[in-house]
Amino acid sequence: MVEQVKKLLDKRLKNVEELEKLRQTILDNKDASRTTVSVCGGTGCRASGAEAVVEAFAEEIERLELQVKIEFKETGCHGFCERGPVVVIGPKKIFYQHVQPEDVPEIIAETVLQGKVVKRLLYTDPATNEEITCEPDVPFYKRQTRHILGANGQIDPTDIEQYIAVGGYSALSTALFQMTPEKIIKEVTDSGLRGRGGGGFPTGRKWQSCRRAAGETKYVLCNADEGDPGAYQDRSILEGNPHSVIEGMIIGAYAIGSSHGFIYVRNEYPLAVEHARTAIEQAMDYGFLGENILGSGFDFRVTINKGGGAFVCGESSALIASLEGKVGEPKDKYIHMSEKGLWEKPSLLNNVKTWANVPLIINRGADWYAKIGTADSKGTMIFSLVGKINNSGLVEVPMGITLREMIYDIGGGIPNGKKFKAVQTGGPSGGCIPEQFLDTPVDFDELTKLGSMMGSGGMIAMDEDNCMVDVARYFIDFLKGESCGKCVPCREGLAKLSDILNRITHGEGKPEDLDTMEDLGEILSNGALCALGRTAANPVLSTLKYFKDEYLAHINDKKCPAGVCRELIEYSIDPEKCTGCGVCARNCATNAISGEKKEPHTINQDMCIKCGVCYDSCKFNAVIKS
Amino acid sequence: MDTSLDFTTIQTILENNAARVEDLINSYVDKKEQLISLLQDVQAEFNYIPQDVIVRISQKLDIPLSQVFSVATFFQAFSLKPRGRHTITVCLGTACHIRGGQRLVDKIERDYGIKPGETTEDQRFSLETANCLGCCALGPVMVINGKYESKVTPAKLDKILKKYE
Repeated sequence: MVEQVKKLLDKRLKNVEELEKLRQTILDNKDASRTTVSVCGGTGCRASGAEAVVEAFAEEIERLELQVKIEFKETGCHGFCERGPVVVIGPKKIFYQHVQPEDVPEIIAETVLQGKVVKRLLYTDPATNEEITCEPDVPFYKRQTRHILGANGQIDPTDIEQYIAVGGYSALSTALFQMTPEKIIKEVTDSGLRGRGGGGFPTGRKWQSCRRAAGETKYVLCNADEGDPGAYQDRSILEGNPHSVIEGMIIGAYAIGSSHGFIYVRNEYPLAVEHARTAIEQAMDYGFLGENILGSGFDFRVTINKGGGAFVCGESSALIASLEGKVGEPKDKYIHMSEKGLWEKPSLLNNVKTWANVPLIINRGADWYAKIGTADSKGTMIFSLVGKINNSGLVEVPMGITLREMIYDIGGGIPNGKKFKAVQTGGPSGGCIPEQFLDTPVDFDELTKLGSMMGSGGMIAMDEDNCMVDVARYFIDFLKGESCGKCVPCREGLAKLSDILNRITHGEGKPEDLDTMEDLGEILSNGALCALGRTAANPVLSTLKYFKDEYLAHINDKKCPAGVCRELIEYSIDPEKCTGCGVCARNCATNAISGEKKEPHTINQDMCIKCGVCYDSCKFNAVIKS
Repeated sequence: MDTSLDFTTIQTILENNAARVEDLINSYVDKKEQLISLLQDVQAEFNYIPQDVIVRISQKLDIPLSQVFSVATFFQAFSLKPRGRHTITVCLGTACHIRGGQRLVDKIERDYGIKPGETTEDQRFSLETANCLGCCALGPVMVINGKYESKVTPAKLDKILKKYE
């Protein structure tokens, strides 16, 4: 025990010189001639089987006794989740996709030992049919500016020394020893950084008002309750580079004069919780957290709090209620939380991405940062580009890039030759943007002008097979379920909207429904207590604005043009195309399909429940949806 | 269709774990504000929050019973009913929704007679839905006992569920 304590004490860095000495030692010990093998261990790649790949590499390296020759690590999310498990071989950054455990011996024998490329594991650009060898040349990465996500693919997030090796905690030492709190806040203000959680409030101004707020005890909070469905960048940062968030929080705490911080993270993100916890422990061991940080006299500690799975807890006052152990209901914010927040004390709440931007701003300076982006939205933004898109994953781009560049240049367009219909941004509070606005530059204000919003960076592409009325119904049902029920407009308004939309999608809509929904939308935006309710009608209002014809088709013609709304579609079998293979009949849940072997089959409409399994399972496209 | 474990079984489980429950609750005395964490620990221990434990927490930590109950019912992470041996969580986030996540729920409902929040009679499966599991590039996604399954279709579902008895 005594030994253990001694060892712990030994690691604690007492001043900046010790930090720089440690950094130098780590870099000196790094053998540049070693080949690096990085396997993505993010949740996406794990879902595709990355853990088995990691194990296979570890075994093969041990079997061939290559520990000296290979620097092997399991890193955080590389972003191109759809191609997982992803393996990158350095120093050339050879990019292998969909790697399976059985590929591992070949990768080691060919690529690591002989420098040869295993062609079948390379990414092929569908546009040119060209095989691409190196990660930065893959079109998905080529157009990105990865200031925040970049380190994710380089470091093992459970090893603080790897973060230190890439310059970690140097912003903290600059902030503590070369800057006053006022200077730090000025730097953040001048950088033009705006809150990345959705609101886009100027970060520096928030910090300033929290610093000025009266009171000895202040709290620093990190909002990692990433609730927007379709967005997972906070998870990936916390999983892949937790120290960048912690470093940002320590700098923020020093700037406002706080000695205790909390990370409020979703319960659904077990790996993020684990990595953040490990990072906090290691930061304590190395003296970046705890008492007298780097000998500066400044004390700060961070506690992790797991959320209980409520969307509304991403809202600041609800998050605070939940941190206090209460039901996560929002409060009216006539007093700002920078004055009275957690336990009535001044509190500074920022999103994961906002915190991760702070070390970058301190290291590179406000002038450098403010050069990236548009007039009023600075820096880069991380989007989760998902849905009906060829290259889906996490994308970091400078603010101001157009939606078209995002969808087509980075995303590689819509799969299966389908037609693009809309892109949904901003989560349930956002809206659907149609094709005619694809050349809009993406920033906080431009998206708001289109009736959508930046939100926390979800970007979901939809094609001709997606029904916009169904999408609106989906979001309203989502929000109805997540409404805390405290205020009447949100509780009753969403229930009413949900009734109407469900009627419309069931073919029972009435022409006057459209006006009623617009009225309800207005009541919600004017009358609801918190931002969740005030923006809740956006999915309806934006689809009504841009896709009114789809609503009218449902209401007047009782048709769902996209073929999604079950009550309005019918499946049948094209006798010309049907080969009588019987696959659909075997898969049919209700035995509604019959026919002789090798003869065209038919669907009994009375028995059909329209589950669509026949449509999916037919290899000859003989099942028709009408 | 949803059934709970019979009363005697629950009593036995609780009696066998009485000491564990007491320890758990004791570790949170003076930490009232961490009620949610405590409930998470209880949920992790029993896979649900037994009624007796809610009462015990209220007494021990001196929190009104109504408050413990309201927190336990407000958050999705907590279940007041015992769950089955395997918990299936189907993601219904936007990206999974537009790729057909709901159809997985429909199929499980049809095949096993359980709706989200319910457990099969034989205690084999509990069905849950999640707002987003953060695996959006690989939808539709579902998680069984913590293991992620990506790009799941109704046709693939049987094969996956067969592995869990």
